Amino acid sequence: MESNILNKVQTDLRNFNPDVYTKIDVENTLLKESLDIDDFATLLSPVAEDFIEEMAYRSKIETSNQFGNSISLFTPLYISNYCENSCIYCGFNLQNKIQRGSLSFEEIEEELIAISKTGLQDILLLTGESKSTSLEYIGGAVKLASKYFNLIGLEIYPVDVEDYKFLHFCGADYVCTYQETYNKDQYLKCHLNGPKSNYEYRFNSQERAIKGGVRKVAFGSLFGLGDFRADAFATGLHGHYIQQKYPQSEISFSFLRLRPFIHQNLKYGTDVSERQLLQLILAQRLFTPFADITISTREDSQFRDGVVGIGVNRMSAGVSVGVGGYAEDLKGDEQFEIQDTRSVKEIKNFLYKKGFQPVFNNYIYL
Amino acid sequence: MEDPLIIGDKKFSSRFILGSGKFSLDMTSKVMETSGAEIATIAIRRANQNGEGNILDYIPENLVLLPNTSGARTADEALRLGRLARELGCGEFIKVEVIRDSKYLFPDNYETIKATKLLYDEGFIPMVYMMPDLNVAKDLEKSGAEAVMPLAAPIGSNKGLLTKNFIKILVDEINVPIIVDAGIGSPSQACEAMEMGVDAIMANTAIATANNIVQMAKAFKLAIEAGRYAYLAGLGRVLNLKSQASSPLTGFLK
Repeated sequence: MESNILNKVQTDLRNFNPDVYTKIDVENTLLKESLDIDDFATLLSPVAEDFIEEMAYRSKIETSNQFGNSISLFTPLYISNYCENSCIYCGFNLQNKIQRGSLSFEEIEEELIAISKTGLQDILLLTGESKSTSLEYIGGAVKLASKYFNLIGLEIYPVDVEDYKFLHFCGADYVCTYQETYNKDQYLKCHLNGPKSNYEYRFNSQERAIKGGVRKVAFGSLFGLGDFRADAFATGLHGHYIQQKYPQSEISFSFLRLRPFIHQNLKYGTDVSERQLLQLILAQRLFTPFADITISTREDSQFRDGVVGIGVNRMSAGVSVGVGGYAEDLKGDEQFEIQDTRSVKEIKNFLYKKGFQPVFNNYIYL
Repeated sequence: MEDPLIIGDKKFSSRFILGSGKFSLDMTSKVMETSGAEIATIAIRRANQNGEGNILDYIPENLVLLPNTSGARTADEALRLGRLARELGCGEFIKVEVIRDSKYLFPDNYETIKATKLLYDEGFIPMVYMMPDLNVAKDLEKSGAEAVMPLAAPIGSNKGLLTKNFIKILVDEINVPIIVDAGIGSPSQACEAMEMGVDAIMANTAIATANNIVQMAKAFKLAIEAGRYAYLAGLGRVLNLKSQASSPLTGFLK
């Protein structure tokens, strides 16, 4: 598939130098009405870290103008953790000796029923990448999910346009594909074997998904794998260019840091502090005020509660990241350790208490 | 003084249409009551039928519902949303919104005209969100629009009457009510639009993002009434024409 977006992002990334910006640049950027690519880079710079309060102030206003006090809630459901990839940062990687499992359609339905009882209407189905999680299997799971949920997202391996079309036909509303790191050398070091080692094919997923009819696409990096400022810059631009090229599409950004997982032996990556993660979120909100920004349960409740409404407008609730785990016991081990273990009810109560309106559904398929 | 706003075959005494998004559902009835609004817009795509947080459960019964077709990217999707609104018991009024730009949320005037025709043909009373353009407004009238709702500024921007001069042209040329929708950020801007002769104001973000939502709803109500009175009274000499020439221009007349 011909696309110029990869070239654009790579070019911008080559020119990205967060160390050139000064305090005056940051101050000027924060006075601008709308931000261009250079402004985005400015807000991602080390210097801008000192302006986090000013950024948060403006980000809160932008978030409120766009979404009011609404916070969308969803939950992920892992239907399989079989995986042929060897992503060194992931608990599901091929070499990791964990308990593997896939849910049968009956088991999926039980899980769906259990989750739907919490009132959620937005569910994200996840798999690893393996022959046991065929397109037909995923399509079947989506069809089941559409019996109980209005919005069905997929976080699965990248597929072709025709396959996205099939999944959309089954009921998939949005697709998340995270590039993990946009630095190609680093990407190849982290994705040693398996189909995920194809950087370009993964990069073009969102565009293929849109061509397959999907309404919303999500972008993300796993901050800490590479230079996190560069990855945040590239992630934001990837979404920016996709939205420019396909203005009808909704774009969404997820903010994830490396998390510990079972049997891990971390010899790579850099620490990204909470303050830095917050800076990336705020810069993204100011650059793309209209986009969804999701915060992961990888972060603890104090951080998640803090970023809600000052940048984040979407969060997961009542999360299990093992295979299954909502209706029955886990059938497979977890992908990573979650930090925020609160139930849907607890998250809702927190939101109400803070004056937010939990939103369960914001799109209807007819 | 009776001065009703007439849309379709319905008469309203309030000229304030209030959006129900962007603030807590349990405040809805209080905000609506204080605003004096008789029409409330709701996003059908937000309706969560039989589920939690269903906006339809929160709108006071005496209000006329104005479901919108937000989320529609084509005329056909707008039509289907309209039909769903009808099934949900929202009545015949429909706020037509067709948007294919997720960044600025500008209305797609071309598809909007088509959607208006489709909805009108199925018996709806279309009130149509549009980018102020005279030709489009005329086409909307021909397509069955019962009200034309030009934007003042990008939605949610609270920037005020950026398109003032174009809206004034619609006020002068279009026969159905003109309702300014989107972009109004403060009561003074709402008042300014009313003084200019628009028939009503639709607002949401300006109220939803205020520190005190209920008080702001009241402030808008009063400003809209003040603007209407000013329009009806006929503004005095506020035109900023240049001072008169020192020797009379018409001195040559015999």
